[in-house]
Amino acid sequence: MADEGDKVINALRETGFFKPKKMYDGGKVIVGIIILFALVAFPFLYNMGKAAKAPEPEIDTPAIKKLSKAERVCVEPRPYMKVNHMRLLTDWRDQVVRQAMRDYVGFTKKTYTMSLQNTCLECHSNYDNFCNRCHTYSGITPYCWTCHVNKPKEWAAGKLKEEK
Amino acid sequence: MTDINRREFLKIAGASTVIGLLGGWKAVELLAPGELEAKYLPKPEALTAKRWAMVVDVKRMDEAIAEKCIEVCHYIHNVPDIGDPKREIKWIWLERFEHAFPGQLQEHMAERLNGKPFIVLCNHCDNPPCVRVCPTKATWKRDDGIIMMDQHRCIGCRFCMAACPFGSRSFNWGDPRPFIKKRYPEYPTREKGVVEKCNFCAERLAKGLLPGCVEVSDGALVFGDLTASDSEVRKALRRHFAIKRKPYLGTNPQVYYIV
Repeated sequence: MADEGDKVINALRETGFFKPKKMYDGGKVIVGIIILFALVAFPFLYNMGKAAKAPEPEIDTPAIKKLSKAERVCVEPRPYMKVNHMRLLTDWRDQVVRQAMRDYVGFTKKTYTMSLQNTCLECHSNYDNFCNRCHTYSGITPYCWTCHVNKPKEWAAGKLKEEK
Repeated sequence: MTDINRREFLKIAGASTVIGLLGGWKAVELLAPGELEAKYLPKPEALTAKRWAMVVDVKRMDEAIAEKCIEVCHYIHNVPDIGDPKREIKWIWLERFEHAFPGQLQEHMAERLNGKPFIVLCNHCDNPPCVRVCPTKATWKRDDGIIMMDQHRCIGCRFCMAACPFGSRSFNWGDPRPFIKKRYPEYPTREKGVVEKCNFCAERLAKGLLPGCVEVSDGALVFGDLTASDSEVRKALRRHFAIKRKPYLGTNPQVYYIV
């Protein structure tokens, strides 16, 4: 049996089955692969070391400055608000509109009126430097502001720059 | 541990009981509701009722008062003044008797009703057709009878506008903001593609205030709980004969007119 196996292998060897194949148009193919890699890697190499700075929303509005250090807290702790403010606002929305609940007792046991336009923006009166900083950075356009006015006082006085 | 005497057994049993009780107490403390959770509450000063209703005393209502009611309402709700009747948005407006009460017109009407403008608004019907047709529950009847709008949910299909026999609803064909002349910073505006209407000033009731139109109406508009027999609306309805708009449609409007 072993002889027959050798015969087959020898026959194959004679036909050149085990010899390395020749690459057709090898030069062009390799150049092509290099160009492809260069193209794919270009955006990464071009932007290397130029990462956008993490946004720093400002919390130095007049309303916040007026408060003492201990009082400078939001309705919930800061780490929670950073991650979950959108969920909190959705809950507020549902409670106010659909359940007729208007007051919220936060983690400090202080009671707040649930209102984006009247309560949140009272302290965070700097829409451009607070809300919009992170939203622009992360490419988010929340549609709160198509109805809720982001700068209520300026808007009511007709002093918004965006308007002609 | 096979031969354990009675004394040792009791010692172990006692110690286990104490440990179990301590652990259980801690678990109860951790899981007890309330302390760890935020709370949603209505404002303590909020006005509540089982069934809000309005009575319009037509005899006391003249055009000047009516204009004041409309102006205040449209101001505190940021209702735009577009000017084009095809795109107009209104929460409360004036209508001639024959338009407000079709089917209730008599051949010989009391002369004082001739050409008299009637103030009309959402009737907050007891059997609201707009609510029945809304596919998203963006409009619904609250427990106190107010037909509310949730602009967050409205998809602008306008089924409610087709269903409402009183024309109480308006559609925002475009962004209303450029057309808001007098702006009120405490209330949001609407956006393109949503329906809006009178909400019986739900946001004012929640703060313990009567609806804006009622407050400036010099007593021509009365607002109160229809289920409370000593309420202002019940007193007014006891003293005077009142009619409702299109009663034959069965929507059971809750805005009454003393004529």
